[in-house]
Amino acid sequence: MATTWAVFRRELKGYFNTPLAYIFIVIFLFLTGIFTFYLGSFFPRAQADLKPFFNFHPWLYLFLVPAIAMRLWAEERKSGAIELLLTLPLSLWSTVLGKFLAAWVFIIIALALTFPMWITVSYLGQPDHGLIIASYLGSALMSGGYLAIGACISAATKNQVIAFVISVVVCFLFTVSGAPIVLDFFATWAPQAVLDAVASFSFLTHFNAIQNGVIDVRDLVYFVSLIGLWLFANLLIVDLKKAS
Amino acid sequence: MDWMIEVEGLVKTFGHLTAVDGVSFNVPKGQVLGFLGPNGAGKSTTMKMITGFMTPTAGRVRVVGHEVDEEPIAAKTQIGYLPEGAPAYPDMTPIAFLNFVADVRGMKGAHRQQRLDYVINNVHLEAVLEQPIDTLSKGFKRRVGLAQAILHDPPVLILDEPTDGLDPNQKHEVRGLIANMAAEKAIIISTHILEEVDAVCSRAMIIADGRIVADGTPAELEQQSPFHNTVLIDSPDHGVAEALEAMAAVSKVEGLQGGRFRVYPTDGQAIVTEIADLIRTQGWSTSRLSVEPPRLDDVFRNITNPRPGSPSGHDHGNRGEAS
Repeated sequence: MATTWAVFRRELKGYFNTPLAYIFIVIFLFLTGIFTFYLGSFFPRAQADLKPFFNFHPWLYLFLVPAIAMRLWAEERKSGAIELLLTLPLSLWSTVLGKFLAAWVFIIIALALTFPMWITVSYLGQPDHGLIIASYLGSALMSGGYLAIGACISAATKNQVIAFVISVVVCFLFTVSGAPIVLDFFATWAPQAVLDAVASFSFLTHFNAIQNGVIDVRDLVYFVSLIGLWLFANLLIVDLKKAS
Repeated sequence: MDWMIEVEGLVKTFGHLTAVDGVSFNVPKGQVLGFLGPNGAGKSTTMKMITGFMTPTAGRVRVVGHEVDEEPIAAKTQIGYLPEGAPAYPDMTPIAFLNFVADVRGMKGAHRQQRLDYVINNVHLEAVLEQPIDTLSKGFKRRVGLAQAILHDPPVLILDEPTDGLDPNQKHEVRGLIANMAAEKAIIISTHILEEVDAVCSRAMIIADGRIVADGTPAELEQQSPFHNTVLIDSPDHGVAEALEAMAAVSKVEGLQGGRFRVYPTDGQAIVTEIADLIRTQGWSTSRLSVEPPRLDDVFRNITNPRPGSPSGHDHGNRGEAS
């Protein structure tokens, strides 16, 4: 545990040692603003909620989270620092977990900095604060899902561009499996059970459920087990690479 | 004897390439073992397996009694490792980096502070403690790597080319540092610089094509030089070569340029006194008479690079450095 904490602190500080953190946060805030006010028609809707804001999060994470995740392992492999990390007396789990948690907390910091949205909507009307809290929670969990996918793929290559592209594709599949473009294709011929199964793999399905204010244990379990599975795959890949 | 490092039948293959091919040896406390060998001979790969960075294809490694494969954390606690090229986190400062390593190694309180002070003083990092490692010279980067390796005062040290990129003064200091720690630890260093072996190693091992081809004290290895105990003579007189060749202790006389002869002894015995006597009785004029200084370079070249035409000569030097 102490070692996980050491890796976590080093990684998190690492973000703020370079311009990366600041650029990421600025772009994240800028894009959430654009999406909410222009594409999401925040004002014309004239409703005191943050739906237009949260609706775009999956699509934003689809590109921004792999950009954070791609360097997690690939960079370390390239610089050779991985040799140092893997010969320190650390369990693989604490390394994998420390790196993941640091990146996740970093994304959550960026997410938390969108709080002026909440203030704005509170100023303009009486939003359902419980709903907003649930949506923030759902959004944070979902970013963890994207991140775990990206971290795992980053462990498989030393090329960050390859890690980014493949992560975006895999994340895209996990996003759209619940969107109408995929579901409509199945809806015409497949039984409802298949439809539900496909949709249940999607971030959108679970995120929308949470966004509607219903924090179902199943949605939480979905995200937590998804993160756990991808991190486990991440660990296996790092371990297998030692033998190749 | 209590072995600190036990390596048994170590093999590592990458696809068709065999980087390490059945390496076995033990290192006791107090020994500094030097790995010598051409690039790509398997030195680094062997070190990566001892430190647990790579899983061997076959064979076992035990460090202070801990099987690296089965108890990786216990084994790694006992090891200080300077990987090839001294990688570190480029954005960190040396002090932040050393603190991170101390955190991971669970060092606390006064002991931690004392060890940090010790390595910073002995590796001379004071001047660059607050500069990102990225901006440091090659020599300083290497020293940061060395500081990290010895921070927890480990009983086993594995140093992959510890003096590479250092200037002669820094090399001298690092060798002094290693020599100072030698009595209390088992140390393996790899190097291309053969004088380094003479300077710090109590045992040298030549590795070529993934196998140990020579193993002994530096002095023992030097005896394997084709020039061991050969004598050089400069003499313009006639009949020198013939007279020398007639001596019982001389196996061969080789004429070099400018009236210089190299005299090979039979069975590696010392022949310089006999030759000096001969010169005196014959009344030759000689401007030089010297025993060829023992050189590991010659042994190294002789062993790792057989002359063209010898059966195994063709497959040397075409192995990629395994990474």
